[in-house]
Amino acid sequence: MQDLDRIRAEALAAVAAATTPEQLDAARVAALGKKGTISGLMKNLGAMDPEARKAAGAAMNAVRDEVAAALDGAKAVLDAKALEQRLSRERIDVTLPARPESLGRIHPISQTIEEITAIFAQMGFTVAEGPDIEDDFHNFTALNIPPEHPARQMHDTFYFGERVEGGRHLLRTHTSPVQIRTMLSDKPPIRVLVPGRTYRCDSDMTHTPMFHQVEGLVIDEATNMSHLKGCLIEFVRAFFEVDDVPVRFRPSFFPFTEPSAEVDIGCSREGGELKIGPGAGWLEILGCGMVHPNVLRNCGIDPDRYQGFAFGMGVERVAMLKYGIPDLRTFFDSDLRWLKHYGFVPLDVPTLSGGLTR
Amino acid sequence: MKFTLDWLKDHLETDATLAEIETGLTAVGLEVEGVEDPSRHLEGFIVGHVLEADKHPNADKLKLCKVDTGSAVLQVVCGAPNARPGLKVILAQPGTYIPHSGETLKKGNVRGVESQGMMCSWRELSLGDDHDGIAELDVGLAVGARLLDVMSFDPMIEISVTPNRADCLGVRGVARDLAAFGLGTLKPLKVEPVPGIFKSPIGIRLDFAPEDAGACPLFAGRHIRGVRNGDSPQWLKDRLAAIGLRPISVLVDITNFFTYDLARPLHVFDAAKVKGDIRARPAKAGETLAALNGKTYALDAGMTVIADEAGPEALAGIIGGEHSGCTESTTEVFLEAAYFDPIRTAATGRKLEILSDARFRFERGVDPAFVVPAMELATRMIIDLCGGEASEAIIAGTEPDWQKSIVLRPERVAGLGGVEVQVSRQEAILNDLGCAVAEHADGLLVNPPSWRGDIAAEHDLVEEIIRINGYNNIPSLPLPRSPMPKPVLTPGQRRAGWVRRQLASRGLVETVTWSFLPEAQARLFGGGAPEMHLANPISSDLDVMRPSVLPNLVTAAGRNADRGMRDLGLFEIGPQFDGPEPGQQRQIAAGIRAGKARGRHWAEPARPVDAFDAKADALAAIAAAGANPDSLQVVAEAPSWYHPGRSGTLKLGNKTAACFGEIHPGILATLDVKGPVAGFELFLETLPQPKAKATKARPLLKASAFQPLERDFAFTLDSAVAADAVVRAAKGADKALVADVAVFDLYEGDKMAAGKKSLAITVTLQPTEKTLTDEEIEAVGARIVAAVVKATGGELRG
Repeated sequence: MQDLDRIRAEALAAVAAATTPEQLDAARVAALGKKGTISGLMKNLGAMDPEARKAAGAAMNAVRDEVAAALDGAKAVLDAKALEQRLSRERIDVTLPARPESLGRIHPISQTIEEITAIFAQMGFTVAEGPDIEDDFHNFTALNIPPEHPARQMHDTFYFGERVEGGRHLLRTHTSPVQIRTMLSDKPPIRVLVPGRTYRCDSDMTHTPMFHQVEGLVIDEATNMSHLKGCLIEFVRAFFEVDDVPVRFRPSFFPFTEPSAEVDIGCSREGGELKIGPGAGWLEILGCGMVHPNVLRNCGIDPDRYQGFAFGMGVERVAMLKYGIPDLRTFFDSDLRWLKHYGFVPLDVPTLSGGLTR
Repeated sequence: MKFTLDWLKDHLETDATLAEIETGLTAVGLEVEGVEDPSRHLEGFIVGHVLEADKHPNADKLKLCKVDTGSAVLQVVCGAPNARPGLKVILAQPGTYIPHSGETLKKGNVRGVESQGMMCSWRELSLGDDHDGIAELDVGLAVGARLLDVMSFDPMIEISVTPNRADCLGVRGVARDLAAFGLGTLKPLKVEPVPGIFKSPIGIRLDFAPEDAGACPLFAGRHIRGVRNGDSPQWLKDRLAAIGLRPISVLVDITNFFTYDLARPLHVFDAAKVKGDIRARPAKAGETLAALNGKTYALDAGMTVIADEAGPEALAGIIGGEHSGCTESTTEVFLEAAYFDPIRTAATGRKLEILSDARFRFERGVDPAFVVPAMELATRMIIDLCGGEASEAIIAGTEPDWQKSIVLRPERVAGLGGVEVQVSRQEAILNDLGCAVAEHADGLLVNPPSWRGDIAAEHDLVEEIIRINGYNNIPSLPLPRSPMPKPVLTPGQRRAGWVRRQLASRGLVETVTWSFLPEAQARLFGGGAPEMHLANPISSDLDVMRPSVLPNLVTAAGRNADRGMRDLGLFEIGPQFDGPEPGQQRQIAAGIRAGKARGRHWAEPARPVDAFDAKADALAAIAAAGANPDSLQVVAEAPSWYHPGRSGTLKLGNKTAACFGEIHPGILATLDVKGPVAGFELFLETLPQPKAKATKARPLLKASAFQPLERDFAFTLDSAVAADAVVRAAKGADKALVADVAVFDLYEGDKMAAGKKSLAITVTLQPTEKTLTDEEIEAVGARIVAAVVKATGGELRG
């Protein structure tokens, strides 16, 4: 048993003395390896009588376990030390820039159309679309615009060449032809919203030859001017996200509506800054009215039974007002600086639940 | 349309303030565009009395004046030549805002002498252009009185008149609307015929074929002799000047006055220069007219002229002729009041590009029943202001038929207009607007007045009533709607939205560009056919409908590069035009990347954009649209505007879903854009619509309990073999086990034999029922190799 005590002491000393994983492993092999001191003692057990074997075996097992535990402890200490040394070596300059990624933008026109759509969707308007190239009937005649109307002139409307069949096609001057197409294909009740490109022969500080409109149309048996007012006031307040913005309806004139109105919203220009809301000024934002009976008739809808309203607004105009974009022409410049500045990040999906705008 | 407050009050008996009138005008649909109230900035100016005006000690052209303010005597330095003792002047003292300069007056020091105020010219008060000297006031005015108290100022109001309201192109029509609105009473307009003293030496003839008789159905006139043409009286000059018309001579000013006062354009010919009878007739081809604006116009048969024996003397309803125009020496005149057809007048005016106050009114429709009364009123005014005597009136033709009877069901006011208006009030409004109203079995029988040609049907009457009753009295009701709204977008609209946000999240910036482009660019991209040309483009740069979205994006990249931004990605979702008929357009999502895909960076090498950037964008967009990118076939072909060797097409069956690749370097050079530029065009409508499913439940997840394993294979292939062929063969070798095949290496370097390349793939095997044995793995590997070899003719690299 003296051997056992000595072997134990030597083994523990060797473990304690180990300062590297290699020394520790050598200590393990010396004590517990196949030819190790403790293993060597254990081999002698077979020659002992059962009583002595039992006592010696228990003692040897205790020593083996103690040495093994010491080895584990020492290894943990060495590992921790090694990790610490590694970590002290591993250093980066965290001020270096990360790998570049780029995020695109959504054009203000798309974003604004989505915002407008979200609001009118709540009121049950579905979204309809139609062709940019139109014929005279859908763009003018069916809309009660007489042949001699100034809007039909070459200086207002883009025309294509004379067709073999006679007449000329044109680029739609408003989204209203989609009203006609909808009324010709669908039966009332109708509630549609029509966003799209529109074109007029105009190019100056405040006009571009192409722009966007959103048109709305409601046809049923009961809708009247009070609904028109309610609908548009709700829209304006939701869109501009200003609850108390004053809304004014002014009598106006359009060939395709009667009665007709233009809608102004309140604003203030205090300190040279335009602010939508209560104030001394007014800004015109859209035209609207009750659909003219001739228009209904032209679409095969009985004006004695059905009525409703239509409205149309310029997308760029309301976007400029809401987002303080100063110049219409810049919308079509594809200037990256402008697009990144006024555009919207793709995660900003306008919803009524989350708010239209951040 | 412009007028002044005093002018309005000639027709409207009212106590209303300017502000109330402004509000009323806009409320009835005569939108106020602007008001110039000269008194707005005249607070602080007083009447001063010049006591002394001596020479400035240090300046020859300046005077040193003593000016009495009523409470003090100020020393004022003044440069005006007319500054002299005894003058009553407009005096501004320090602190007074000077309208013309927009500045507030400070105490000054002029050439070493203190100046304690300023004597003003009319221009400095923004009251006219007179700046020859300081304004000289009536010497009877009290010294020290406020200028606002001793002078009257007439504010000018400008309104915009919608094209249906020809009657409001005269002050009287405006007054009538305001009276109906409740802002006063319309004063009566007395028309007393002027008795004729002699028979007019000039007759009137209407020389039209029956089908053209509508060009001028009624023409009234008379000869007035012994007139003196000269300056108009001050009140008339003031009226015209206030609305921006230059007073010319009293005869001309009278016609201008009628145009604005009663929306009734007239013409006055110098009768001495008229040969024979005045006749209205179609112009003859080849005729010309030297007009009063100094220009000469070539006429054609669609135009109506007023002529004499010698030829055209005026363009009917548009402009008078130089030859018979009135001058200072005119002593006898022939007055014309006629009704000209609006459509012909508009067409002629447009054709000759003449904008005139007369045309503006005739093309909107003058009052057809006011022709003869206007002639009488004008005769009276000419005689009153120019003297002379009038001939008997001559009237040719008849009043065009304008009478209408419309039944108004009073309940329609609420039914259409959304506001309850008592029947008695409805009747009163219509009466005030000049309608005759009588009982009718269904409600009211309404005869609109002659000046309201725009009122044609019941809904027009409803509009009149709710307009005068006030749009702000219409209650606002929410549009009835279902409490839980349904989705409103079509599948195509949703898809475009997903693609838009997908592309933007990949770093492409959305833009919106013109639907038209220069013909030369259209040709580069397969367009420019004659039928795609606009007949009247805004400029030659925008004359053809775009056959593709790409050219606009490429040129946009060029413009941005010119601003120093060479590395960028742009996309647009919009139409491309395939044909000239409505509907021959497709919705395209197109994008480009230009310059470097990755800029110089410490951690990664820079690299230019290439076709695979565009391919990735296209595939991501397709996936966002809800289509399965794996169902697409990639074909090495693309339209001519792509690099022939570095472009491809993604096909769905035989349909082209998208094209991608580098833009053809030749096209970039033509467009003057530095490459490389890689782009794609995705034809959104080609993608299959997602199938409508009964439930939104997803198929059950089948996750294998067994670990997937990867095996790599490298093949030596002919250079022409497509990687896709290798991938497809490997995938098809064991559809149950092969879960994925990825290309991880391509080597075409000089270690390969000529015309050969090495392509390495890693195959992911996913056991589903049990762990694979080595033998089974080996067997799958052998099948994969065999399949690839068979499909490509290549061999496994040792």
